[in-house]
Amino acid sequence: MSQTVLQARDLTRHYEVSQGFMKPKAVVKALNGVSFELKAGKTLAVVGESGCGKSTLARQLTLIEAPTAGSLVLDGVDIAHAGKAELKALRSKVQMVFQNPYASLNPRQKVGDQLGEPLLINTKLTAKEREDKVKAMMKRVGLRPEHYYRYPHMFSGGQRQRIAIARAMMLQPQIVIADEPTSALDVSIQAQVLNLFMDLQEEFNTAYVFISHNLAVVEHVADDLMVMYLGRAVEVGSKETIYARPLHPYTQALLSATPSIYPEDRSIKIKIHGELPSPLNPPSGCAFHKRCPYATELCGREVPQLRTLEGREVACHHAETINA
Amino acid sequence: MSLLQIKNLSVEFGSEKNPFRAVEGLDLSVDQGEIVGIVGESGSGKSVTMMAMMGLLEGQGRIVADELTFDGKNLLTISARERRKIVGKDIAMIFQDPMTSLNPSYTVGYQIMEVLKVHQGLRGAELRARALELMELVEIPAAKTRLEAYPHQLSGGMSQRVMIAVALACNPKLLIADEPTTALDVTIQAQIMDLLVNLQKERNMALLMITHDLAVIAEVAHRVAVMYAGQVAEEGSVPQLFRHPVHPYTQALLSSIPEHSKGARRLVTLPGIVPGQYDRPSGCLLSPRCPYAQERCRNERPGITAHEHGAVRCFYPLFEKKEAP
Repeated sequence: MSQTVLQARDLTRHYEVSQGFMKPKAVVKALNGVSFELKAGKTLAVVGESGCGKSTLARQLTLIEAPTAGSLVLDGVDIAHAGKAELKALRSKVQMVFQNPYASLNPRQKVGDQLGEPLLINTKLTAKEREDKVKAMMKRVGLRPEHYYRYPHMFSGGQRQRIAIARAMMLQPQIVIADEPTSALDVSIQAQVLNLFMDLQEEFNTAYVFISHNLAVVEHVADDLMVMYLGRAVEVGSKETIYARPLHPYTQALLSATPSIYPEDRSIKIKIHGELPSPLNPPSGCAFHKRCPYATELCGREVPQLRTLEGREVACHHAETINA
Repeated sequence: MSLLQIKNLSVEFGSEKNPFRAVEGLDLSVDQGEIVGIVGESGSGKSVTMMAMMGLLEGQGRIVADELTFDGKNLLTISARERRKIVGKDIAMIFQDPMTSLNPSYTVGYQIMEVLKVHQGLRGAELRARALELMELVEIPAAKTRLEAYPHQLSGGMSQRVMIAVALACNPKLLIADEPTTALDVTIQAQIMDLLVNLQKERNMALLMITHDLAVIAEVAHRVAVMYAGQVAEEGSVPQLFRHPVHPYTQALLSSIPEHSKGARRLVTLPGIVPGQYDRPSGCLLSPRCPYAQERCRNERPGITAHEHGAVRCFYPLFEKKEAP
């Protein structure tokens, strides 16, 4: 049994937005009670469309922002009760890889210095030791030693993402949050980067939270899957269970909207109309009911809670009837 | 005769002495009512090909071709004045990012009506009625009020619908879609693709889709051309090419997709990256990355040769299944 490195319970984050002078502030419920567990060496994929709260979740997990409500336990420490020093130690255990490697690296700093910075801040290693460690990690992710003295603009997109991954792995974190790490890359480069992620996970037993909208990529990397819609999880379970038989209508729609190369992989298209509602003014009841082909009057009235069904958790009033 | 016929098109940028060939020896034809896909990674010359055809590279690139005709008109020798009559009317284009291709300072309605005014000379109530009709055609809800909306008031999917409405305003014979769904979410992507394919069928127009997403092409196109470093590597009908790719690049591209390696822990990869301006190999452009490359591939550049199901640019095409050495 591997050890639980991260536990989130009812994680909630609301933002206040100004509506204009003299008008009351509105509240955007970007993240609305999300719970999950992450085990060492495993990958949890978070899937959903823009505006569903994926990136807000990443900001909470990396301690960039404090959640409005709910608890977050990292490596056995509840962040709500952690002191400044404890938080600092925790931060080095959770690292992040961003979507756009063109923007996430400092253009005015040499690659070697950027990779050495986490060590400079968090360890007492000498300059020589840091350089050796950086070079070892560069070799590990497939960069050559002479790249140490180069600037980010001298690299291609795939190589830059390798640098970003190396930087995240420098402190051998327990958890890496990857926010759409391959969506800016071409398919052949994407394959190289995904393989690197898998290799590093095996070597360092790192847990990944892999945020993506690409269901084909997710199917390849994930152990567990969490599908989100407008700040809530709508279906959570192991990858095999959900891909074999998605129960929530939104998961079904997502899977059927994903195009595939081979006709035998194409499922029957479930068409959903309309677009993601504004989180400023979410619909009553189930957030998905306005687009859902199976919605009834109950869906407009009551928010469905996650419940266990066929080996996964699903938040839908009619999960049994529509999948009968 | 094909609606669009391109033969041996090359586009060069930079100085005469030290040029960069973005497109090299490209052949392509599109028939009426046909959906043709062009796939390739960044820098493969997909967009430059279309820009050259539309005359959008004026003064920047040097365009050379044996033939570049649309609907019987030679696009190479045509005057700018003549070209303006075709572009936007018979050939229309939609771009990747709908948010930046609409003008933020004008209402959506104005931008649709502008095309109708210029190309069809419509005025007054007739103009408004036609604009509204187009908005309804692309399934924009509350079309009447949306005519007065500015682009920032619309979502990405809605803006792309407006772009399609603008493009279809003059019933084009050929619609070029350059990565039309790349910036959109999957469920919205499915809606837009449905819309495009339905409109294409209804009007029997030709649709040329440029994208890096092989799966999108596999679902909608009839024929596909795979581009690599400015050349067409392989061309063929859709089910055939995806089922039995004969060019090593097509094969590698398909196997690097996660869908291909279901259940495997590692994906199959093609090592290296696309050659740039200064490291263009003298032989076959794929030779430094190709697992099957021979001596001949490194010295000579292969031409494109037709075979039973399409055409391929390779000395040793993979007609029989071979294991990569």
